[in-house]
Amino acid sequence: MAEVAHHYDEKMPLEYRTEESRLNILGFWIFLGAEVALFATLFATYLVLFQRTGHGPTAMELFKVKEVMIETLLLLTSSFTCGLAIHEMRRNRLKGLLTWLIITLLLGAGFITFEIREFIDYVHEGATIQTSAFLSSFFVLVGTHGAHVSLGIGWMILIIIQLLQRGFTPRTARKVFIVSLYWHFLDVVWIFIFTLVYLTGMVI
Amino acid sequence: MKWSEFFVTGEPLIYAADVSIVLTAIGIVFVLTYFKKWKWLWNEWLTTVDHKKIGVMYIISAVLMLFRGGVDALLMRAQLTVPNMKFLDSQHYNEIFTTHGTIMIIFMAMPFIIGLMNIVVPLQIGARDVAYPYLNALSFWLFFVGAMLFNIAFVIGGSPDAGWTSYFPLASKEFSPGVGNNYYAVALQISGIGTLMTGINFLVTILKMRAPGMTLMRMPMFTWTILITCVIIIFAFPVFTVALALMTFDRLFDTQFFTMANGGMSMLWANLFWIWGHPEVYIVVLPAFGIFSEVVSTFARKRLFGYKAMVFSIVGIAFLSFLVWVHHFFTMGAGAAVNSFFSITTMAIAIPTGVKIFNWLFTLRKGKIRFTTAMLWSLAFIPNFVIGGVTGVMLAMAAADYQYHNSYFLIAHFHYVLIAGTVFACFAGLHYWYPKMFGHILNERLGKWTFWLFMIGFNICFFPMYFLGLMGMTRRMYTYSAGLGWTPLNVVATVGAALMGIGFIVLCYNIYYSARYGERDMTGDPWDGRTLEWATSSPVAHYNFAIIPEVTDLDAYWVMKKTGKGLEIDEEKLKPIHMPSNSGRPFLISIAFFFAGFGLVFEWYTMAIIATIFIILGLILRSFDDDDGYYISVDEIKRTERLARKGA
Ligand code: HEM
Ligand SMILES: [Cu+2]
Repeated sequence: MAEVAHHYDEKMPLEYRTEESRLNILGFWIFLGAEVALFATLFATYLVLFQRTGHGPTAMELFKVKEVMIETLLLLTSSFTCGLAIHEMRRNRLKGLLTWLIITLLLGAGFITFEIREFIDYVHEGATIQTSAFLSSFFVLVGTHGAHVSLGIGWMILIIIQLLQRGFTPRTARKVFIVSLYWHFLDVVWIFIFTLVYLTGMVI
Repeated sequence: MKWSEFFVTGEPLIYAADVSIVLTAIGIVFVLTYFKKWKWLWNEWLTTVDHKKIGVMYIISAVLMLFRGGVDALLMRAQLTVPNMKFLDSQHYNEIFTTHGTIMIIFMAMPFIIGLMNIVVPLQIGARDVAYPYLNALSFWLFFVGAMLFNIAFVIGGSPDAGWTSYFPLASKEFSPGVGNNYYAVALQISGIGTLMTGINFLVTILKMRAPGMTLMRMPMFTWTILITCVIIIFAFPVFTVALALMTFDRLFDTQFFTMANGGMSMLWANLFWIWGHPEVYIVVLPAFGIFSEVVSTFARKRLFGYKAMVFSIVGIAFLSFLVWVHHFFTMGAGAAVNSFFSITTMAIAIPTGVKIFNWLFTLRKGKIRFTTAMLWSLAFIPNFVIGGVTGVMLAMAAADYQYHNSYFLIAHFHYVLIAGTVFACFAGLHYWYPKMFGHILNERLGKWTFWLFMIGFNICFFPMYFLGLMGMTRRMYTYSAGLGWTPLNVVATVGAALMGIGFIVLCYNIYYSARYGERDMTGDPWDGRTLEWATSSPVAHYNFAIIPEVTDLDAYWVMKKTGKGLEIDEEKLKPIHMPSNSGRPFLISIAFFFAGFGLVFEWYTMAIIATIFIILGLILRSFDDDDGYYISVDEIKRTERLARKGA
């Protein structure tokens, strides 16, 4: 409970200054631990099922290098710009923070657009979520990540509005920091998807 | 869907249930209106973020679910008492063992434990609330609507009928076409989200909110077991989330995860289920170990023997609990090497468990034992649980398990560990901490009646099942023929079940009786306790502690009593206390979850989508909410404290 919600500790970064914020940030790290377990299960499912293609196409026949490379570039860049946003926050520059957050958000939206296009392409080729165990696990794994990114975009919009309304406060700063943790986490998950799903799928 | 399919029809039992549900609902509405209690209900309970009230609501729900699961159990025993019984048909029997198992584990055992931990853990660590009170309310309401959704299945749409393990391919749409298994997938998902959030909440609470001086190795044993349980929840529940989601996709969107064709793999379900499922049994039994540790040391008037060994064994058990899941399907043909590995890890769990048993025994040795009801449950736990554990090790021998697997031997094993472990602990904890919740003591004489009826009934009911199993009776069979020689032991088992039912009725009467005539606890410390929860008044003030205690050793309150330090409240030192505000949003969001779930169960996607929009709306409102809570003034604290002391 936020017993000392209003006791500031001036030496800490803004997002760590209240007890409530410190609790929330720790809680979010633990939540990310649970997310790791969630994605690990989805990866395990995918790895178990990925060669069980039934009558449908195999990974090698399906995946397209170009789209996936573009998606990867967009998301990795967005993680970098998200880092720049936090950097600006630490220097107390609201405008810089907002600018980089919006860029991050746009890059994320670009990623999602390409991902949806990729999925639509597959469906047009007859590779749907119902075709085979491989495709079910592929769409659910990659789709869960995509859903997380979409959620992150919505969440970031809410935080941007709050920043515009309220400026820097320990609370808004903490929210920005937590959403940035989330965003970097999704980037890490994507790196695993990229290597374990796409790269592996294109060679085996 | 036709109305005749929407409401379950055709069974006199179901019609009776329909009538009683409608009558109960009308009765509740009438009582609330007549006594003008709606506002009270909303302000005091539905919107509360107080961990103690949330705990009480968990326990009330768990007792209700114990009733529901118990009725299921008695129906099954009635059907099995004699051969060729015509009481339940096979379909109805399938539904009943499915709901019995699911309800008892997910909606009875876990919530009971979580209720006790809500009430006790913040008090034991000297905190004023949990880390996230708002989230705590949301956790409770998600559990509650999940439970309600699951419970209406038998009158609306039809119960799940593929077992609490819901193995594929049986649980697939192909072989279970009704909505029953959708209920299973969706209701467990909703309450599972609540459980995961509870895990995170209490982990942070215990790590960050302990009173000054309470190092990890000075924490009460119950708090230790909850800490470790939270870690298990955090790593096990996401696996279940995924498993249930895949099940939902297979059933609603025709994906191919667990199907028989197109590459699907039904054994994948069994693996995912048990990767969660085995840790789950430790989620309900580790806190039970914690409760027994508290009760045994209080009523033996001794410090817990081998505190450090206890801590290391729970950590060991938690670690091993993730490495044994294959023992639930040794017979599925994984091969000798895999079976051997999991056989050994399973047996290894018996080592730390044995260490704990000896620690309890040594705590009792030369203790000044008081045979209270809570203590009786704890003493009975030891031999009964050992029977369950020893037969567990028998099951763990992969080669022998080919004989025992899915027989009544297995049924006896897990009831011996779950009932003698978790259920006994829930009753022990209920008696022990009851004064903290309600300010009066549960009647000891009635409590002992419940204990003897239930404990003897339990042994009469389940001990014969070991032998029935060895005689070849397999689980989940709805009837058997007369020539098999199983009749006498089945009759005995039913008698035992009836005794347990009577014990439960006495418990309910006890709750009523004690509320009217029970001895009020004026001291706040009726059992001469050792840990900080007994330093508060009974029932506990809203803010728990007027001044946060300083901890210098294990058994902090005991030390305070011995040294006389820290018992009095220095009114000069009082400061205003910050508290979180109530909120109706967790309740309303959970209602939206109920409708979203209901929509998914019946594949009414418009309803599901609209309800989801409401959920998202609730989350957005929360994000913009900057209610900072409020302060309780020093004057009010003084008044409350003086009133509480005057009683003493
Ligand atoms: C010494 C410790 C234990 C050992 C060695 C052990 C071993 C086993 C084994 C090998 C099985 C599978 C048997 C089969 O399906 O043929 C099993 C089933 C089971 N055990 Fe245990 N167990 C132990 C403790 C516990 C505890 C503490 C609990 C719960 C509180 C528990 C709950 C269950 C349940 C619920 C099942 C069966 C579930 C089902 O198939 O529906 N066990 N146990
Ligand atoms: Cu197990």
